[in-house]
Amino acid sequence: MSSPPQITPQPAETQAKGILLVRELCKSFSDKNKPEVKALDSVSFVVHRGCITGLVGADGAGKTTLIRISAGLLVPTSGSVTVLGRDSIADTLEIQSRVGYMPQKFGLYQDLTVAENMTLYADLQGVAGTERTEKFTRLLQMTSLGAYTGRRAGALSGGMKQKLGLACALIKSPEILLLDEPTVGVDPVSRRELWKIVNELVERDGIGVLVSTAYLDEAEKCDQVVVLHEGKVLAEGTADAFIKPMAGRTLLLDASPDRNLRTIYTHLSGRADVVDVTIRSGKVRTVLAEKVDATTLTDTLGPITTHQAQPTFEDAFMALIPRSDHQHRPSSVGSTHPGHDQDEIVRADNLQKLFGTFEAVKKLTFTVRRGEIFGLLGPNGAGKSTTFRILCGLLPASGGEISVAGHDLRRSRARARSRLGYMAQQFSLYGQLTTRENLGFFGKAYGLSGKRLKTRIEWAFAEFSLAKWADTPAGALPGGNKQRLAMAVALLHEPDILFLDEPTSGVDPFARREFWLRINTFAEQGTTVVVTTHFMEEAEYCDRMLIMSQGDTLAFGTPTEIRELAKTADTPHPTMDDAFIALAEGTVITPQSAPATPMGEGKRP
Amino acid sequence: MKGKLLFLMRLRGILQKETLQILRDPSSIALAIVMPMVLLFLFGYGVTLDADHIPTALVDDDGSSVARELIARFDLSPNFELLPTRTMAEAEELIRNRTAHAIIRLQSDFSAQMLSGQEAPVQLIVNGIDANRARLIQGYVRTALGNWSSMRLARGETAGLPAVMVSPRVWFNESTESRNFIIPGLITLIMTLIGILLTALVVAREWERGTMEALLVTPLRRIEILIGKIFPYYILGMLGMGMSVLVAILVFQVPFRGSVPALLLFSSLFMLASLGFGLLLSAAIRIQFVAAQVSIVAGFLPAFFLSGLIFDLESTPLPIQVISHIVPARYFVDISHTLFMAGDVWPVLVPGGLVLAAMAIIFLRLAYGNITKRLEK
Repeated sequence: MSSPPQITPQPAETQAKGILLVRELCKSFSDKNKPEVKALDSVSFVVHRGCITGLVGADGAGKTTLIRISAGLLVPTSGSVTVLGRDSIADTLEIQSRVGYMPQKFGLYQDLTVAENMTLYADLQGVAGTERTEKFTRLLQMTSLGAYTGRRAGALSGGMKQKLGLACALIKSPEILLLDEPTVGVDPVSRRELWKIVNELVERDGIGVLVSTAYLDEAEKCDQVVVLHEGKVLAEGTADAFIKPMAGRTLLLDASPDRNLRTIYTHLSGRADVVDVTIRSGKVRTVLAEKVDATTLTDTLGPITTHQAQPTFEDAFMALIPRSDHQHRPSSVGSTHPGHDQDEIVRADNLQKLFGTFEAVKKLTFTVRRGEIFGLLGPNGAGKSTTFRILCGLLPASGGEISVAGHDLRRSRARARSRLGYMAQQFSLYGQLTTRENLGFFGKAYGLSGKRLKTRIEWAFAEFSLAKWADTPAGALPGGNKQRLAMAVALLHEPDILFLDEPTSGVDPFARREFWLRINTFAEQGTTVVVTTHFMEEAEYCDRMLIMSQGDTLAFGTPTEIRELAKTADTPHPTMDDAFIALAEGTVITPQSAPATPMGEGKRP
Repeated sequence: MKGKLLFLMRLRGILQKETLQILRDPSSIALAIVMPMVLLFLFGYGVTLDADHIPTALVDDDGSSVARELIARFDLSPNFELLPTRTMAEAEELIRNRTAHAIIRLQSDFSAQMLSGQEAPVQLIVNGIDANRARLIQGYVRTALGNWSSMRLARGETAGLPAVMVSPRVWFNESTESRNFIIPGLITLIMTLIGILLTALVVAREWERGTMEALLVTPLRRIEILIGKIFPYYILGMLGMGMSVLVAILVFQVPFRGSVPALLLFSSLFMLASLGFGLLLSAAIRIQFVAAQVSIVAGFLPAFFLSGLIFDLESTPLPIQVISHIVPARYFVDISHTLFMAGDVWPVLVPGGLVLAAMAIIFLRLAYGNITKRLEK
């Protein structure tokens, strides 16, 4: 852990230039029934004028608390934050008139139009007359919201809401801008646009920006990065300073005739000298622990092609976080891979769903094969949740044929349901019941009893490392353990097919990695997995996927096929994000009708 | 000077926002306009403490002209719906199968007894399952008989009655319509609902939707938040009150004998007390569902049961009477009854008004103290 830059005391000179000074900041939250939580522990750093400072860390690292203290919303337990030379607590009102702040939920009034929301914040910030007119013109142009001034904020898309929220925070021409996870739940196109606006502001107006993010790739867009972990600053420096020491430790591995991506992926995850493994752009990407010879990989994997990869901030971040905090090792990986059956476990033919006259799903045709990981992707409102609910038998289809695990959903829904496991987007277990009681209840609901129920519960405790939480109420489980329990419940009755609705939204990078590793393991063992997600990079873990937009098929195929769609002279190696943006903007032509079979083996004319 | 301008501008911003939200949000309109109307019509038409058109079996064994005259009295009364029967057995059957609630029987010697100046008994049999209604029927029958006797006495004819007679005069609510009592009280309930439930809900909604956090980081002052939350809902509450008063007078024909300025003054005091209480509740609540529950339990139910709106407080146990003194609705129910039925009786209005004013000041002050510009207390 010697590589990343360590915190160095700030020279007096830089402190003078700093516009936001965090000094020895501690913040604890206490609740009568719970032990005291230390959200921030002696945090110090400086934000400079004309710089973007990124606050990076997993969920619960203390990012939001730090930003809220800076905005004067919370009182520190000890230490201080000085904003523009003033104390965040003593001079809150003075600071608040010079700082722009965008909270996580954007702070917009749903019933008010775009123009009315902006007028409200202009009134509150005391921006009037010609200053206001000019400001509005500029902000509307910057956010391209000019055409929507009469639309209510509640009717805007996620990306537009986020831009309006930003516009409202910028009305007073703040000297410092505080953004709390501004890009959460927003599609890649909107994320790029937001960063463009922020960069422009910094360059033109020279303001300082403090932005928290859980998207590690966004850290590279910051001038300075502060990594928070469990309330402490783990490291601080430029993104480059983080990335440089990673040179030579990042490898890309190709699939070989003996080993497909998934087996390589699960194998590497089990190795102690590997810091991180992901699937990216059709290759396995791995980060080795320090001083590990890359050739040792071939010892266990056999002959395999490896390439050096350009290290990213994410690699550095994963190497930085203490291992024991996030490592999940797959417990039992079947060495024999059953191989994809051509057996089609889900078959949808001309699937259609009407809500009144609104066609939420338009003539969708696709199949899911046994043992594959099938992704359902698309922006909000694309109809993926509706499709998903029809597949699980929660919503009846308006037209078309659909069968799941050999049962026609229109006729024998109950029988089909007993073969499927479902994990809802929201935590849907009983918060007051303990882990054991929840497992018991849902097991019985699925028809398990006696010895079999007992064995399955024991299996769940072992597989998901939940044994030590057995008697904790589900509502009080920390972090990713709720997710684990929800998944355990869905798998209790050994379903043939597992439906997961946005399982990784609101989950930190570690939990997401652990989650995909598990899914992989289950798919290896022959369980079919249908999953929705809005993280495009996660699409790489899918065998095949369906990208939807406005109820229609936008694209269908393997990750490689989808990426190939966005291949141009400028971007010879497009990422999933690139492909999604290209598809959404309509710059690539997709087959007009939904293909019933995947497009050719990754080769497009 | 500049500071004052900024103050006014911020105030304009937040007032405008609240107004637009009220106008656009169907739930606040429903709560402020539809709900009062539903309550008024439900209570105005559905819940009356009177009994009209009581189906009553009549057995006339006498058949004389005197008896017929008495029967005509009952027949003309709006309280009775006479079902003539020939025999007592037939009448009893009607009570048993619940077609009739009472039997009035004139015995065969009724006219003979009366004309000879003796006591002439009229038999009344009442179905006593609903004790309240049974008592009402007894009263109506006694009144009808009394009126008839006094009419006969006035004409110089004999009436089989004792020499001493009660001659009732009902003041303020001459027609003894219970509606005239319920509807002015109901207006209190409606204003409580708007004042407490609506404010508690809108503040909780701001927390839920994350807009409160954005408001708190603006240079908005606490007093501006207070005014912004009180004023629009004060107007809305007064509109609801005005509308209810109009419906009371025009649709339900409730007399209004007080003056409009007095009504405005006292209802404003009550409205402010309710709003202050609602805002005080909302300081501790950040979830709409909880806000609705708490305001029903802490606001609506006490106003319903402890204000003397339905139940006479003086006949309740002492502890309940003591508790009722901290319910603002109690004072306004009195004021409202007085204004509607008696007029501007200042000795009654002023003490109640002073208590309401004190409550308004205390609640608003506490609510102001509880407004925080930070996320935690």
